[in-house]
Amino acid sequence: MSSPSTAVDGANAVEVRGLSKVFNAGRPDAVEALVDVDLVIRPGEFVSLIGPSGCGKSTQLRLIANLTEPTTGQVLVNGKPAKAARLDQDYGMAFQLAGLFEWRTVTKNVELPLELKRWDKAKRRSRALEMLELVKLSEFAGHFPWQLSGGMQQRVAIARALAAHPPLLLMDEPFGALDEMTREHMQTELLRICGETSTTVVFVTHSIPEAVFLSTRVVVMSPRPGRITDVIDVQLGSERSVDTRETEAFFAKVTEVREALRGFQPTDVEPDIEQVAEEL
Amino acid sequence: MRRSPRRLFGLVWPPIVFGVAFLALWELAVKVFDFQPYFLPAPTAIWDAFTTNTELIWEATKVSGLNALVGLVLGAFVGVGTSFLLARFRLLNDLMTPLAIGLNAVPIFVLVSVFNNMYPVTSEVPRRLMVAVIVYFIVLVNVARGLRDVEAVHLELMRSYAAGDATVLRKVRVPNAVPYLFTALKIAAPASVITAFVSEYFGGSQNGLGSRIASNIALSNNAEAWAYVLGACLLGLAFFLSAVALEGVLTPGGVGARERDRA
Repeated sequence: MSSPSTAVDGANAVEVRGLSKVFNAGRPDAVEALVDVDLVIRPGEFVSLIGPSGCGKSTQLRLIANLTEPTTGQVLVNGKPAKAARLDQDYGMAFQLAGLFEWRTVTKNVELPLELKRWDKAKRRSRALEMLELVKLSEFAGHFPWQLSGGMQQRVAIARALAAHPPLLLMDEPFGALDEMTREHMQTELLRICGETSTTVVFVTHSIPEAVFLSTRVVVMSPRPGRITDVIDVQLGSERSVDTRETEAFFAKVTEVREALRGFQPTDVEPDIEQVAEEL
Repeated sequence: MRRSPRRLFGLVWPPIVFGVAFLALWELAVKVFDFQPYFLPAPTAIWDAFTTNTELIWEATKVSGLNALVGLVLGAFVGVGTSFLLARFRLLNDLMTPLAIGLNAVPIFVLVSVFNNMYPVTSEVPRRLMVAVIVYFIVLVNVARGLRDVEAVHLELMRSYAAGDATVLRKVRVPNAVPYLFTALKIAAPASVITAFVSEYFGGSQNGLGSRIASNIALSNNAEAWAYVLGACLLGLAFFLSAVALEGVLTPGGVGARERDRA
């Protein structure tokens, strides 16, 4: 049950080879979600997957998490097949919905993954409180989720995802439902937390500034069938703050990612003649 | 989370004012239009009948109340038990749901006549069975839904924790079903009282609230009949409030607390 969740020495955090996913394969309503994707993520990286809706970025994350099985190709997490990594709980996961259990207090929510790993009660409690301190919610330890704001709930979800100190954190648009101010605050917090815990992160988003601010690399994906069309290195340094968002380097990277995405305008929309004329 | 006395007062006075005004109007109507007692007795007359017959009403209340309680507990336990099977086996669910709907569509009280034929005339068992059947379906349908309708994100999360079906049941499905159980009990508790005394109309011992209401009406003792109705109201209310109190005690921070906080 309790196999060590340490990484295989020198292994990549995530290794994806020739990955394809077809939903409803062999049926008239078959959908090619992902075609021939290769991606290697090294320990300590923060990699964002960005692309228009339906580009298979969430599917790719779910394949890494072994929440769904690939049609072809291979996924290695921590040097192990994805399923083995899931069974060893080598990663923590956070979704767009915080997904807290409303019958559990904040502390009890954070304790859940540890409970399933059969940690003893005292150890569980002290780790949960430690995680709540990390996300700055110590004073809400005894509250129930419905007594917290959306941003606070999302921070609890992050604390829960990191409670077992997994080497890898998988996040599927975790800040998608938050307002812009909360969102920027959460991004700074996430960077701080991942810095302190040296966690590798794979982060799905469709916000360009979010991807640029957070990532060491931004992976740009095309609409269905999803392929990786571009990988952009972002080096904004480890000390990113509010001011980083106003630097030339930040704007340059945002522009670079935007241009990489520009090829994918929805083709079924007729160009608005008047607007084109205005732009000219 | 505790409500301030001021807020509690704000919550309580409208129904009290309404109730008092309603009774006053009733009393006034009886006086002004000089209604005959067999048509509609005045609230004061009903209260007189209630206070003079307290002993008898209490005896009848104990009979009907015990029948309702036994049926409620039995129906709830069997209902919860079966709901696990329903949530686990899709086919069983598909078989049971139409049955539950069908039984709700017919006047299910007639079943009590069938039960009456199975047991001695003075047996209370048929009425308790009748209550149990009514409660059973209310609990079954609700709890099965609570076990089944869990959030997709919770299931994905549990899968990411490598949790098996038994763990998901224990950590997600059962706690998710608890508010559904209390919703069911809050419906089933007053329903069990109603069922208990309506069942008395179909024969058996003439010792409960239902049979007393019927026999007093037959004798044109309308104020007495209404006094027994008042007893029945109080019994139903007591059952409902017990269900609410049980929820408050067993789920101190749960959905119920949130609803109470919003109220």
